[in-house]
Amino acid sequence: MSDMTKHAALRPMRPAGLSVSRASRASTITMVLCVVIVLGLVAAPWWAGRADLRLMGEMFLYLSLAVLWNLLAGYAGLVSVGQQAFVGFGGYMLFALTMLWGVPPLAAIALSGVIGAVVAMPVAALIFRLRGAYFAIGTWVVAEVFRLVAAQIGALGGGSGTSLSPQIVKALADGRAAREALTFWLALTLAVGVIAAVFWLLRSRHGLALTAIRDNELASKSLGIDIWRTKFLTYVVVGGLTTLTGSLIFLQKIRISPEAAFSANDWTAFVIFIVVIGGIGTLEGPILGTLIFFALRETLADLGTIYLIILGVLAIAIMVRAPRGLWGLVSEKTGVDLFPLSRRVRGLDR
Amino acid sequence: MDWINVLIQGILLGGLYALFAAGLSLIFGVMRLVNIAHGDLMVGAAYLGLTTCATLGVTPLVSLLLVVPAMAGIGYALQRVVLNRVMGEDILPPLLVTFGLSVILQNTLLLGYSADPQKLSTKVLDTASVAVGPFNLGWLPVLTFAVAVALIWALQWMFYRTALGRAFRATSDNQDIAQLMGLNRAHVFGLAMALALAVTAVAGIFLGMRTAFDPSVGGTRLIFGFEAVIIGGLGNLWGTLAGGILLGVAQAVGSKIDPGWQVLAGHVVFLAILAVRPKGFFPRIEA
Repeated sequence: MSDMTKHAALRPMRPAGLSVSRASRASTITMVLCVVIVLGLVAAPWWAGRADLRLMGEMFLYLSLAVLWNLLAGYAGLVSVGQQAFVGFGGYMLFALTMLWGVPPLAAIALSGVIGAVVAMPVAALIFRLRGAYFAIGTWVVAEVFRLVAAQIGALGGGSGTSLSPQIVKALADGRAAREALTFWLALTLAVGVIAAVFWLLRSRHGLALTAIRDNELASKSLGIDIWRTKFLTYVVVGGLTTLTGSLIFLQKIRISPEAAFSANDWTAFVIFIVVIGGIGTLEGPILGTLIFFALRETLADLGTIYLIILGVLAIAIMVRAPRGLWGLVSEKTGVDLFPLSRRVRGLDR
Repeated sequence: MDWINVLIQGILLGGLYALFAAGLSLIFGVMRLVNIAHGDLMVGAAYLGLTTCATLGVTPLVSLLLVVPAMAGIGYALQRVVLNRVMGEDILPPLLVTFGLSVILQNTLLLGYSADPQKLSTKVLDTASVAVGPFNLGWLPVLTFAVAVALIWALQWMFYRTALGRAFRATSDNQDIAQLMGLNRAHVFGLAMALALAVTAVAGIFLGMRTAFDPSVGGTRLIFGFEAVIIGGLGNLWGTLAGGILLGVAQAVGSKIDPGWQVLAGHVVFLAILAVRPKGFFPRIEA
């Protein structure tokens, strides 16, 4: 009710011909294009080869990790260098639930996401005691603890790891083609779901609080935003979804070991590069970053360590020259937002 | 008796961890920067020592004469050329730049030295020990501990008794006012990083003499140093030494119970202290 009266009181103040909206022509076109692209991707098992299908599946999983890390670091200001804790935890939950407790694989994946969110709560309560940059290293300690504990679990192969048993893999779907299609669809669903969830979150009240925190933590605090609670919720949601992503990653890999599951390089360094290069603090950035990252990887991966050095140099150069990443440069030059997130006044140029 | 021996070995190990932590503590104190590449810089210094020893035929301790100034120079250049461009209210850019630096450094070392584990051989010092009552103390751990204490004492003296220390403290208290008082912030930051990397060089050489190292071990060493800083309390170097000792003892006790638990025991003690005493034992500055 009070909102309505406020609007009624404000309306006469607004000059004729002006309106505030989130959508722009670019964002409408993008949304339509997104639907077309997603529909095309759903049909990918019929038009793409096996290797391409696998590569795209991997891209979607990295895309989810990047979007989630960006929500954490770019919006909530929680720079984690220990997200591999949740990726690895997801992998190990998948293996433990299916192999030790006989849970069907798909249920195990969903369940691992829930368990991941629950585990993220005490972790957050503990490491939120560390401020700023020390928080980052705290997340790393947590990931190390997860890794060392996983190496102690004898039932899952201890330090050398284990493979998903063939019955469980076969229970997923009949035949290899159907299984590969299923894992692809799962990855696609996850990526679309994560982007949609983050998009919806950012348009909600919670997202407004997050965006305010991103822009100025002190100012948003003085406006009455409960910073701890907002960050806590974000961390828990991201933790749960990262765990879910992790279980899908290791469903695709079929083999798990502490080193692979909790690899700081694979699940944090690459993800950070994706977000930094694409543009931190935007929804478009991680998407652009994933495309660039995979394009670089497919062309330069033969270089091995030099490829990683190039990535590091590129990330530093972007942080120094264009802290908002490549997407930041694009939107600065053109003023285009592909996702209808920020509000603009229309009709000023008339 | 066994347990007392474990305790003593843990305390001596703590000296090494305090060395890991001192540089980290120093730059955080002066410019609120957390250097994620700290561990990799330490390993880099160890490799620099390795090359120095191999080419000049000197012992690791003598190589310090070359490695320390070299690392200090690298530190000053790194701060002026790269890090100063991203210093500011927002902690994200410097954090991510040092993260990128860590990846670059690790892979450059991998490229130059391969993944084979290396060790700085000290010949005599490797095995020499001294009997104190019923305990056998290795000369190297004792020397490491003594160097850690001396270094922290020297840093404290520098901080509170010299013009440079005054500049560091002033910048730490308020960067803008320090600048108004005629201090060049960019230069002070450069000096702080130079000093921090000089300390890191010492830490790296002792790391290399104590255990085998390869390009990938920097991360865990950074974590040990970080844990010592947090346990001891931010901004207090003697606290950092105490934190290092506590961590060393926790690890020694853990490995006594089960060799696989050494590192895990240290992390668990750190997390427990974070839960009950989030500011550490002797905090001096607010994070």
